[in-house]
Amino acid sequence: MTSAEIPVLVDRIETVAQDIKRLRFVSADGSRLPTYSAGSHTILTMRDGSKLYRNAYSLMGPLDSEAGYEISVLKTPTSRGGSRFVHDYLHEGSAVTISSPVNLFELDLRARKHLLIAGGIGITPIMSMAEQLEKLGRLFEIHYATRTSRSGAYVGELKRKFGARVRHYQTDRSEFLDTDVVLCGQPLGTHLYVCGPAGMINDVLQRADHMGWPSQHLHAEHFTAPRSGAPFDVELAKTNRTIRVQADESILQALEAAGVEAPCLCRGGACGQCETPILSCNGSIQHEDHYLTDEEKKAGDKIMICVSRIQGSRLTLDL
Amino acid sequence: MLVDGIKSRPRYNGLSVNKSSRNHVFVADGDGVNAIADLFAVHSQDIGGHVTIVFAEHNEGKAEHAAPLESISADSVHIMPSIPTAINRLAGVLHSARMGTQIYASGTEALIGLTIQLAQAYGMDPQSVITEHRGSFARRVQCVHCKGFTEDVRTNIVECAHCRTNLLVRDHYSIRHAAFQGVCVDAEVPGDLPQVIEAFK
Repeated sequence: MTSAEIPVLVDRIETVAQDIKRLRFVSADGSRLPTYSAGSHTILTMRDGSKLYRNAYSLMGPLDSEAGYEISVLKTPTSRGGSRFVHDYLHEGSAVTISSPVNLFELDLRARKHLLIAGGIGITPIMSMAEQLEKLGRLFEIHYATRTSRSGAYVGELKRKFGARVRHYQTDRSEFLDTDVVLCGQPLGTHLYVCGPAGMINDVLQRADHMGWPSQHLHAEHFTAPRSGAPFDVELAKTNRTIRVQADESILQALEAAGVEAPCLCRGGACGQCETPILSCNGSIQHEDHYLTDEEKKAGDKIMICVSRIQGSRLTLDL
Repeated sequence: MLVDGIKSRPRYNGLSVNKSSRNHVFVADGDGVNAIADLFAVHSQDIGGHVTIVFAEHNEGKAEHAAPLESISADSVHIMPSIPTAINRLAGVLHSARMGTQIYASGTEALIGLTIQLAQAYGMDPQSVITEHRGSFARRVQCVHCKGFTEDVRTNIVECAHCRTNLLVRDHYSIRHAAFQGVCVDAEVPGDLPQVIEAFK
């Protein structure tokens, strides 16, 4: 399954912090955008001449989609083009395409309490989660870490909406999020949600695991951008085609550029939709996803083509 | 068929230690106490922090069953006369518990199911409870018609203890109700029953 594409217009762009822009989209034909649940993301498709960018962004609310969808985009120095394109070329009125929302970072409403932890731009899904929890009258608290006051995009808005339930930590004021202190003493039945830089996510999940929290109570939004590497060939066994994967593109991007429709959804190694059986591999597989188990990665008979690649010459897929 | 191959039929993977937990809560009935004793015999050095045991003596030979508890160094032991009283006591234990508490359940399916049901009421995921089945396979059955529960069911067909409907006991299990589902078996010709056999020993 690949989710439906919706043509939209950029309705509003606002610079909310250093290198962070908040964008609002409304549907191009004026119809109402589909309702979505807190934690959902959308894939934004942008055309830059012959180049095609497809990036996943969390929808940050409001959950009442009548007002349109809002995302926040951080311009990163390591951007492969997508976030730079948003910052430099999109303007109010620009036409782009988004996918219908998909939720891989859902609230578990069986919880007695929700502990929301965000670092930097990772605050975006947390904002829609807090909005939903507030609406439902559920117990929650937010811990939000940013580097400087200029990078803390939504501190004021969060404090205004959720008051003392928000704790903000600002690194340049020597305020640090002490995960052990935050996790310690949480009541039985607490679910944890973390979004931010990969290092932070891993650290929080590891500490929770070390404190005996069950895996079912730990939720993270892991989006990985495909890493570049040496070029190689992908052979598609069913259609008997060979496609070159260049250094700076993923297998999925190479297939799409060649007109092959491969199943995909999140494009970030999280959802499992693009799991593809490997028939043979001349080289070593570099698994970069968060979906396959360690055993599956070791077995080497499947690959998530949106983020993983091989170091070698030829990969034969059952496609 | 109505009975077999149903996904909701619970599986029990056997007791193992959550080494990261600093608060271990064991719940057992009948022979389930031996599952705890066996775990401690091999893994006691992995079990750090506070250990609580809630044991339902059930209605089987009491003194004999509780004996294995003496070999275990637990911080608090609650020996209760029945499953409902044990579950009540467990609620008291969980009420003030914090995250990092690991719940274990060993014994009959009824005891395990009711422990998981309570853990869920305290916001815990049912899969987070570590379980081991010991003892009889007798089932706690919910009548889908009057919603009443019939305990300790050993036959494939049972008369509902509340509305007297003849029920076929299915593998269809409700985690929320901690019970297998029983459906009227003789709706078309009342009294015309399939052969009644002892299916759950």
